[in-house]
Parts: sequence; structure tokens; C-alpha cells
Amino acid sequence: MSGTSTIPDPGLEDATRSEASLRRFLHGLPGVDQVGAEARAAGLGTRSIKTSAKEFALDLAIRMVDLTTLEGQDTPGKVRALASKAMRPDPADPSCPSVAAVCVYPDMVATVKDTLGAAGGASGVHVAAVATAFPSGRAALDVKLADTRDAVEAGADEIDMVIDRGAFLSGRYQQVFDEIVATKRACARPSGDDAHLKVILETGELQTYDNVRRASWLAMMAGADFIKTSTGKVQPAATLPVTMIMLEAVRDFREQTGQMVGVKPAGGIRTAKDAIKYLVTVNEVAGQDWLDPDWFRFGASTLLNDLLMQRTKMRTGRYSGPDYFTLD
Amino acid sequence: MSRIDVRKTYKLYIGGAFPRSESGHSYEVADSKGKFVANAALASRKDARDAVVAARKAFAGWSGRTAYNRAQILYRVAEVMEDRRPQFVQATQQSEGLSAGKADKVVDEAIDRLVWYAGWADKVTQVVGNANPVGGPFFNLSTPEPTGVVAVLAPQASSLLGLVSVVAPAIVTGNTVVVVSSYERPLPAVTFSEVLATSDVPGGVVNILTGSAATIAPWLAAHMDVNAIDLTGVAGETALATELEVAAADNLKRVRRAPATEPDWTLDPGLEPITAFLEIKTVWHPIGV
Repeated sequence: MSGTSTIPDPGLEDATRSEASLRRFLHGLPGVDQVGAEARAAGLGTRSIKTSAKEFALDLAIRMVDLTTLEGQDTPGKVRALASKAMRPDPADPSCPSVAAVCVYPDMVATVKDTLGAAGGASGVHVAAVATAFPSGRAALDVKLADTRDAVEAGADEIDMVIDRGAFLSGRYQQVFDEIVATKRACARPSGDDAHLKVILETGELQTYDNVRRASWLAMMAGADFIKTSTGKVQPAATLPVTMIMLEAVRDFREQTGQMVGVKPAGGIRTAKDAIKYLVTVNEVAGQDWLDPDWFRFGASTLLNDLLMQRTKMRTGRYSGPDYFTLD
Repeated sequence: MSRIDVRKTYKLYIGGAFPRSESGHSYEVADSKGKFVANAALASRKDARDAVVAARKAFAGWSGRTAYNRAQILYRVAEVMEDRRPQFVQATQQSEGLSAGKADKVVDEAIDRLVWYAGWADKVTQVVGNANPVGGPFFNLSTPEPTGVVAVLAPQASSLLGLVSVVAPAIVTGNTVVVVSSYERPLPAVTFSEVLATSDVPGGVVNILTGSAATIAPWLAAHMDVNAIDLTGVAGETALATELEVAAADNLKRVRRAPATEPDWTLDPGLEPITAFLEIKTVWHPIGV
């Protein structure tokens, strides 16, 4: 079992004081038992969720989706279509909930805003923008911060930033920490509140589960509101064991500090079945408090169609097909 | 020393692979005298669902091939069947209770039928399509196109010749199929799936489910991503056939209706089995100068 990680003694305040103390703290985190973690994740994936529980899970999963399009070929038209779909995922069924957010590149934020606003803005759908030289994160800090401020000014409610994996892997934890802190500051809005900051760890590039745990703690200590697995541009993207380790980290972080941090697996989750496995894992590892779109999200695009098809199947009693949903 | 029997449990054929039933169930298959022969997988509605996904995925590639290429592949299936002739003869003998000579003839017919349908691949357009005379300076051309994913309920009695006679005409024009084999005589279908897997037919073009049509067919008939259904396998079961036709109406599936009794498969089938699963597309094109 990967188990509960007992947190090394010194308070988190001390840990973030210097590069050396940060390293001491992160390397003092208990290691992850790889075989145990994978076995537990696989075990959680075998739970059978049926009938009313499945209906609940499908609706919850739809409400948790960050409907994402992060392509060079994104056009305003495509983004508008996506935003409309986010508000009314199944136009044939008004009881279908809207998704949590639309996630786009910063230059498309205004387009999404307009589309949501034109519909009255009552849908509750948020606008998320990736920033800080997404997806590689390879740019100077001031460029990354300008990128972030642009997105916030354009009206993004949530910022998805990437960490500098090169710095993290070469052990320059302080640099990663400072960048997150600075980006968090750049998320401030004139109104006084902050855009929510999601920190993308890009776990596919972190090599080990130990690193995933360390990066999770590093991001949380630096003030992340959410920790997110991947950009979706690197394989492997989100996997169940990685998400489980991040859920353990947010659970332990709340025990230690009282602050709750959200988790967002992104990339590679394509079927309703997969999504339900993640929900089971959330419930079993972090607890019921995280079973809420404010604390758990799916970064996905094709997933929504499968969720809608499964939902339609449950309501009509017959299998549905891709002909009846928008392609994206 | 006597050898211990190798007792076989056959599996389904979905998307070019041989998975067990998602339900984990299998059922005993007996020969015509009631003696145990082997276990066959008992397909569930979820296997049908997976098979439809596989068939849909394979459709673009299969229908996009040239008719000539599809003919070659069907001919290749006939070749591989010829290679495995003894196995088919034995399976047909066991399941249908035929004499060795008769079973041999049935296998002949089945292979010949495949070759016959293979020949139709690049000829059906000439026969069914047309250049229509219209009152204007236009070419007006009608060409047949495959319907899409076809659910096929294979005949219950004729487990090999009947099976080939419903599967081959559907796929030769570019449709992909989900077949529910004969419930009591599934083994020739299983052997046929092993032939398909080794004869250049892309995975997903033919998917074979062994199990009960009464259980699986309603799901296929109601499935919104199935474009047509062949009810031959429920010949004579009027109530079930009606139920399936009603379910099929939801997405306007093309239905090939169940005959009152299972037809004599040795007769010349004609073109109807092919044209049942074709859509006619008509295009107008200016003649120019």
C-alpha cells in the first residue's frame, strides 16, 4: 500500500524558508510503493457502480468536466461551439447539467466570455485559460507572468499554469516554488479576489511516483488552488495511480494545514467507465468532500460525449451512437 | 496410456480479437445427438455493444477500400476455408447431424457461395446503379453505397451455409456486421471466425457473437448506432420478429424481415441479399460544353 504519508516534523513555514530546507522537506516525504500504488488503483478500478449510483456518478462527472480545446487550429467558431456545448451539453435534454468550465488558450478567453455572456451568463460555467508558456513552460518568468496577467484581464476565472519540469528534475525546487508564488500573485484581480490557480505537474515527465508526490506538495505549499496531472500534450497523461497519489497528497495537506486543494486529472480519460473509476478513487482516497466540481475536475473533450451517451442509455434504455452528439 | 481430452471453451470474435464474454458466461454445446462437444461463450448485451463499436470503427476503412480489393479478400476467405475443409466438415456434421458426404457438400456450397459473392463486389454497381436520363444538361448518376453497421441474426438451422449466405452479401459491398450465430449450433461460426481472423479481413468488419438471439437482438435492434438489421435468424418466431421491427423503427433502421420458415440455402440466392443493405446515392453534375 502506498499508505498515509506521515509528514516530516518541522512546520511547513520552516520548510519553505530556503532551498535547502525545501529540499530536506520534499526528500523527507515518504516514498511511494510503486507496485502497491498500482495494485490499489487497479483494485479501486474494479468497483461496480450501477443503476442509481451510476446515474449520480454520470451527472457528477459531467458537472466536473473542464471542456478543453488546446489546439493550434482552434478558431473562434470552434471555441464558440464548445462554449455553447458547455452550457447545454445535451440540447435534447434540459435536465442535463452544464459542465464546470471551458478551458482554452488565453487569446480565446474573450470569445468564451462573450458566448457565455450572450446566453445570460447564468450557466455557472467558468472560463479557464492555460498560461505560463503552456505546454512546455520554457520561457522567461516575466513572459510567463505577462501571459498569466493577460488571461486574467481577459476575464479568465481559472488559470492553468505549468511548472518548469526542467528546474524540478534538476532539483531547483526553490525556483519552481517561486514561480508558482509569482504566478499566484499575477492571478490577482483589481476587484481583490484571485483567479483560481491550477498547477500542472505534467506527471508524464516527472519519471517517478515519488516525484509526483514531491511536486504535489511543492505546488500546494506555494499556494495552488488545484493540482493538475498533465497538459494533455505528453504521453502518458493522467493515469489512475498518479491521480491517487495526488489525492493522497491533498488529503494529507488538509490534515496538516486545514486547507483544501483540488485535483484535476487531464488527458487520456475518454470513457464514462474511466471517469467513474476516478470518482471511486476520489471517494476512497480523499473522501466525500472532494466529490464536488469545486474540488475535483476532469480535463477532457471526448469524455463528455461518452458521458452523454451513457446518460442517454440510462434514460432511454437503448444504446446511443455518436450520430446524436456533436463531434469535437 | 489414454490421453486426457482437451476440452474447449470457445470465445467471441470482436474487433479482430477473441475475447471472452464480458459477462463471464458460457454455455454447453451439444452435437445433434445431444452429446457434449464444447463450451461456447454466451454473449451478453455488453458484448453486443462492444461489437457495434468495433464494427463502427472498421466501417470507414472497409467501405473505403476498392470493390476489387474487397473481392480479393472475400476470395481469400474462401481459400482459407478450403484449407480448413476437414474441420468445417466435422463441425457441420456434428452440429447438423449430416452424413459425411452431405456435410462435405454443404461445405462445398458454402465456399462456392463466398466465391460467388466475391465476384459481385465490383459488379453490383453496374447492375444496381444507373445513369438516369433527366430533362436538363446534367449527368444524373445513381450509385449504391453500403448502409453501415448491419446486425445479422444468422439462421438457426443451417449453421455454416446459412451463415455464409447472410454475412457475405452484407460485407461484400462495404458494410460491417455484428453477427449473432445459431444458438444451438455455434461451432461452425466459431471456426468461421478463426478463418476470418487469418484471411486479411480487417478486424471489426465481421464480429461474431455466440449466444441467444432472443437476448441480444433486442439491444441490437434498439441500438442507435446500428443502421440495419437482418432478422433471418428469427424465422418463424413472429412475436419476437415483430418486437425487433418495432425497436428498429426508432432510428429508422433498414430491416430485412424474418421469413416464415428458414429458406433453402442451396437455392440461387439472387441479388436481394446484397441490395437489402445498400443505399442509393444520386448525384447531379452539369454536362458542360
